[in-house]
Amino acid sequence: MEVELRNITKRFGEVVANDDVNLTIRAGEVLGLLGENGAGKSTLMNVLSGLYTADEGEILINGKPVDFKGPGDSISAGIGMVHQHFMLIPVFTVAENVILGVEPTGKIDYLDLKKARLQVREINQKYGLEVDPDELIENLPVGIQQRVEIIKVLFRSADVIIFDEPTAVLTPQEVTEFFEIVKSLRDTGKAIVFITHKLHEILDISDRISVLRRGQIVGEGDPQTTTQTELAEMMVGRPVSFNVDKEPYAPADVLLDIEDLTVLRENDDVAVDGINLKVHSGEIVGVAGVQGNGQSSLIEALTGLTRVAGGTVKFNGQNITHASTRARHRMGIAHIPEDRQRMGMIADFSIAENMVLDTYYDDRFSKHRVINWPKAYKNSARVAADYDVRMTSVHDAAGNLSGGNQQKMVVARELSRETMFLIAAQPTRGLDVGSIEYIHSRIINARDEGDGVLFVSSELDEIMALSDRVVVMFEGRIVAEFDATTHPLDKNTIGLAMAGAVA
Amino acid sequence: MNEQTESLSEKLLQRAAPGRVDFEDMVVVPVFAVIVALILGAVAMLATNVDLATIGRSYVALVVGSVGSVNAISETLTAATPLVLASLGMAVGFRAGLFNIGAEGQLLIGGMAAVIVGFSFAGMPTYVHLPLALIAGAVAGGLYAGIAGWLRAATGAHEVISTIMLNLMSYRLVDYILRLPVVQREGRADPISRSVLDSAELPRLLEWIDPNLRLHSGLFVMLVAVFLVYWLLFKTTFGFEFRASGANPEAARYAGMRSGLIIVIVMVFAGAMAGLAGANQTLGVLGRATPGFSAGIGFDAIAVALLGRSHPVGVLMAGLLFGALEAGGRQMQVDAGVSIDLIAIIQALIIVFIAAPLLVRKIFPWGFQKETRAGKE
Amino acid sequence: MAKTMNPIDAQARKLDTAKVRQARNTGVILICLSVLVAYVFAFGTSGGDAVFRLSRPNDPWAAPNLVVPAMAFSYIAAAVLAFLGARQFMRGGVKWTGLSMGFGLLLAVAAFLVWATAGKSFSLTGMLQATVVRAVPIALGGLAGVLSERVAVVNIAIEGMLLAGAFTGALVGSLLGGFGGLAAAVAVGGLFGFILAALVVTYRVDQIIAGVVINLFVLGVTSYVSSQVYQEFRFLNNAPVFRPVRIPFLSDLPVIGPVFFQQNIFVYGAFIMVCVATYYLFYTRSGLRARAVGEHPQAADTLGINVYRTRYINVTVAGMVAGFGGAWFTLGSVGRFDEGMTNGLGYIGLAAMIVGRWHPFGALMAALVFGFADSMQQKLALLQTPIPSEFLAMAPYIATIILVAGLVGRARPPAADGQAYIKE
Repeated sequence: MEVELRNITKRFGEVVANDDVNLTIRAGEVLGLLGENGAGKSTLMNVLSGLYTADEGEILINGKPVDFKGPGDSISAGIGMVHQHFMLIPVFTVAENVILGVEPTGKIDYLDLKKARLQVREINQKYGLEVDPDELIENLPVGIQQRVEIIKVLFRSADVIIFDEPTAVLTPQEVTEFFEIVKSLRDTGKAIVFITHKLHEILDISDRISVLRRGQIVGEGDPQTTTQTELAEMMVGRPVSFNVDKEPYAPADVLLDIEDLTVLRENDDVAVDGINLKVHSGEIVGVAGVQGNGQSSLIEALTGLTRVAGGTVKFNGQNITHASTRARHRMGIAHIPEDRQRMGMIADFSIAENMVLDTYYDDRFSKHRVINWPKAYKNSARVAADYDVRMTSVHDAAGNLSGGNQQKMVVARELSRETMFLIAAQPTRGLDVGSIEYIHSRIINARDEGDGVLFVSSELDEIMALSDRVVVMFEGRIVAEFDATTHPLDKNTIGLAMAGAVA
Repeated sequence: MNEQTESLSEKLLQRAAPGRVDFEDMVVVPVFAVIVALILGAVAMLATNVDLATIGRSYVALVVGSVGSVNAISETLTAATPLVLASLGMAVGFRAGLFNIGAEGQLLIGGMAAVIVGFSFAGMPTYVHLPLALIAGAVAGGLYAGIAGWLRAATGAHEVISTIMLNLMSYRLVDYILRLPVVQREGRADPISRSVLDSAELPRLLEWIDPNLRLHSGLFVMLVAVFLVYWLLFKTTFGFEFRASGANPEAARYAGMRSGLIIVIVMVFAGAMAGLAGANQTLGVLGRATPGFSAGIGFDAIAVALLGRSHPVGVLMAGLLFGALEAGGRQMQVDAGVSIDLIAIIQALIIVFIAAPLLVRKIFPWGFQKETRAGKE
Repeated sequence: MAKTMNPIDAQARKLDTAKVRQARNTGVILICLSVLVAYVFAFGTSGGDAVFRLSRPNDPWAAPNLVVPAMAFSYIAAAVLAFLGARQFMRGGVKWTGLSMGFGLLLAVAAFLVWATAGKSFSLTGMLQATVVRAVPIALGGLAGVLSERVAVVNIAIEGMLLAGAFTGALVGSLLGGFGGLAAAVAVGGLFGFILAALVVTYRVDQIIAGVVINLFVLGVTSYVSSQVYQEFRFLNNAPVFRPVRIPFLSDLPVIGPVFFQQNIFVYGAFIMVCVATYYLFYTRSGLRARAVGEHPQAADTLGINVYRTRYINVTVAGMVAGFGGAWFTLGSVGRFDEGMTNGLGYIGLAAMIVGRWHPFGALMAALVFGFADSMQQKLALLQTPIPSEFLAMAPYIATIILVAGLVGRARPPAADGQAYIKE
């Protein structure tokens, strides 16, 4: 089967997400679609999967033009998509998720779950995917959830399978396993589209590479002959340096001292299980680990957002185990939350209001609980200019900013005051390369000025580039610790620790 | 900082002129909403066998009864005062993301408390007694709403359900209180309270023109409240916290605001405003309490707050409109014999259209700019 | 290698977990109840026996009266409550918290009934029969809530739909007879369901605002028509009432017969609808799709399920259920419409849905609890207890608040509940 996208253009309001894109997908081949965040890769594939309708252009299957009115049409045409954010229903079982939309039924619409289970088992056997059809999705680790997504696609007998950033949530070892699955699918004659912004992965897996930048195809590459540097330049549009400059490692006193910290989730499961960790002034400690191994709970406990069930947290010698979020903030702890849209900013508020979201109460901006807005506006404008937040006016709604600028706004708010310690969670998730570089430089800047930094990210490359020390979290514990200043970090070793394989 | 960033930051301070879309939302949509609601009201009358001439007469009566004379204006303002007070509290609740349907009950409880203070303490001078009675109303209403706030903060029980239950309970509670020997008027078997003493009554404002004009100094209480709520919402840290918790509770929590406390404070404040509205009715208009003296003001206040877009000035305007509908509606009932319940239909329709700007745009494609919604990827 | 800790580990470390705290609180509440029962009910009783009549004299199989010695029963109840409370408090018996609380509340209510009845007698069967009757509109309201919230549309408009059903039932019932009225009530309920769906799905009005507006609108229209039209044309508000239908044989059983099998079609209808809705939601293809739309509309959309259509259909059906429930007020009891006669029962239905954890049977059970509170207060008002009747009348509302506050944290609504789904 061959799918051709011809002259696809897709606009959202003023923004052109795809601009006259041509692409061919062939059976038995892995097409790598490379592009940085916001380049329009997902939009293009959503057009192909029928979720969006293109404004211009057409889709041809085996040379015949098709018209997708919705995802249903695309599915029946044999196109399946594994989304970056899994499209699984957490409270449904594996079998229910797999059959949803193409359910086997009996009389009076009766849902034949027995048959569904059998069918899931059949696919399991055929492709060597081990998944229990009766398990609830919410009880499964992300790696297995991804397999469920693959089973879903296979269940609909798709011939074209699109993977959108599939490795974001996997450990390096899981990535290897996943690549095996992809290759075996290709060898059975499926056409695969592999979307990513990770250069080494695309070189590993693809048979052919197309690079998307600002909605346009800017180049094609043969993985045999192309290098990472060439691809990076194509993707970003300028030469990219992979090195990060920072001052020599000079840690001073212990700033943050965590002892036996235990944190529970809402359902009383243990999220953080007796962690011990010290962070010094002037160092970046990276926390590596697959998402959902307690990193979020650790941050919530450190910032006073959740109750600590056991252990102590000391900051600068003071016990802050049960201190409020505000008290910690006042002590000079800055926090870049992991989800800027949900936790870091208020989209309906103006940029100026967002800039004082956690400082509005202090002496600089208010007296006797009355806010001095003119002063706050002026300060916001100055900080925004300082931190390269691109906008037209500080009175604009923050929701109108691009993702990169929103994150810069959050970073500006957190770092533009006197800080001693920075907790940064996934600070570059979903950003373009320019913004990533800028935010990295600001974090390193804070460290060079003597702040302690706790840096949590699920992108191992990023952790390895920035950190002075790396700890690995697995199932709520720190299972390994690496010192980048004495030995160079080894991706494989860290990857193994992320999977819990530590003596 | 260098000069370049200095000039850039100067530029960033400039406020953009309000866009056409804002203007449409603030002015065009409400105007269309009122017009459509009036037309549909006429349709409702037609459907219930009212002839065209009567419909014409009733809409004339609606205008005459609301702004056609000094008495009409006095009635409009008298009806608007409690509406605005109660819906100011509601507006603060909306801003903080709380849907307080309990204004009716809070109003009853507040009004009841004001009456009790109002008929007690004989011999007290007005400048002590009246404020005391007003404060009693606000405090009682605030505490009553505080129950729902506390339940929400402590257990997560949704305020919509708990405030409705508190409404239903307040009717019974007022019935009970009105039959207590210390409250019930001497020599009466029906539930009716003693009369408020002169020293606790809100003085009438237009008695020098005609002693029958009911407009009273609660009007000033209301105007002060409008200004106060504006200041509270937009100039103080409390207001900032309220608005932040309403717009994005999670972000507010991450910014170190204490959501539970804010919920309780907002509910108490909303209840206090409703209680004040109740006190305004009992001390200014009725002079005593009877079952159901709230007369649905607490529910109309929801509509007023929605129509006023939860902005104090908008609430004032919307309150005046609803006050006018109320006063005009009474005239309509007298002149044209059309039930005043028609006003309730018109009010409900107005809110539907206000809440659904997309619907209004569809009905009236002209008068609006073509929709350009910047989508996200 | 470290796995997540098991509960024994956690206990050994003396973690002050939410569950332990909850168990403690339960203990305290139970002990308070025990003190209340001991002091107020046992000391305060005039002595004597409480007599509960189970059958009427002319029933085919008459069951004997249930005679309970008031004082002894109160003391035993207090003792059991104290034991349960102490056990919860000391051991932090995490496992049995819910059960102890439920049993404790039941016992306290029983003790209260016995105290109120001491020295008198009243018909327990009659009270239970009234319980079921009064539970009907609440159960149907709750079921309507389940149907729409399962597709993530919050339905505050149930109150208005009930009222619309009641009004239409009376109006059309007066003209065309009972079944015509019933059909019209269902249709009008469905119409308002459709309007709600249009407002929230197509026009993206905030769901709670849309619901409140529909309630205000229906209240306005029905009040307007009753004052404008019914005053003049009284025959338009005089509908026939559905009489109870005795189910052969089953209706002769003692207690159970009168309670479940000598009722009118609304009671049977409610039970049947609850069963059908359960089958639909959990055993059919459409039900699976509907729940998927409520949990994760985007996922459903990527699988070719039409989110908007699913919401329209389910909310419309919910409206029809509520319309049927509304007809109960007129065609099922008095035959005439009064302004605002639903009196907040729609909201109590919503509470029943929450307490019943978004499950049709759960909502029915919760509705029976509210119905019980309601019929109990009516019977107690007749028994002349020292409690003022106004406070007795508040019982269902207080029960609602307590149940919602106590259970809401533990029940999980559909994940997308209340959110509009915006498709590009």
